[in-house]
Amino acid sequence: MADRPHIDVRVQAGDFDVATETAMLSRLSTNVGAIVTFTGLCRDEDGRLQALELEHYPGMAEAEIRRIADQAAGRWPLIGLTVIHRFGRIRPGENIVLVVAASAHRQAAFSAAGFLMDFLKTRAPFWKKEHLADAEGGWVEAKKDDDQAVRRWSSSD
Amino acid sequence: MKLVYFAWIRERIGVPEEDVALPEGVTTVGALLDWLKERGEQYEYALAEPSVIRVAVDHVHVAGDASLAEAREVALFPPMTGG
Repeated sequence: MADRPHIDVRVQAGDFDVATETAMLSRLSTNVGAIVTFTGLCRDEDGRLQALELEHYPGMAEAEIRRIADQAAGRWPLIGLTVIHRFGRIRPGENIVLVVAASAHRQAAFSAAGFLMDFLKTRAPFWKKEHLADAEGGWVEAKKDDDQAVRRWSSSD
Repeated sequence: MKLVYFAWIRERIGVPEEDVALPEGVTTVGALLDWLKERGEQYEYALAEPSVIRVAVDHVHVAGDASLAEAREVALFPPMTGG
């Protein structure tokens, strides 16, 4: 594989700008031919949800995302990879997570972005608590689907 | 050794972190969980279902048979729901 890709992992309370982050990766190299971005947003569950509270484990959150990013970099020929995950109170319509993967060709960028999100959901130490519009909220339960999504990466690309 | 708790495990135990001196014989993650459960009702409540307790030693995910020999910080938390 060519040079190690540029990996940028940020865990922050504040928002991010997708266009800015995409532009930063596009400027890394004139060999960037494909950039895939994934943005995860807070939805309101048809009006039920007022806000999400994102708790995280400082230090481990960054370290674990970086380990996942390193795995992706070892698996696909990437040029750049940016992962930003927010914590704190997040309202419907606001951003939660961003993955930007840049490569010479689209397949590596698509695969790496999907891999990052699947592993991030099950391995990065973040927990969502719901604040509801008209009832007491609670902690979101982990989904079985997310565990299955991770398993697909051990069988094929 | 420092213990840190997150999400509903933190809420049930009632503190975000604490320093503990492990008794002789508590050398693995599994033994630590068994020992903690004996420390009071709130621990028993928080750790009642071992299958949903995740553990990290010094910021790295580990399994129940992992050793605590070099551990400085052990974190207990439920399955993660970020992303």
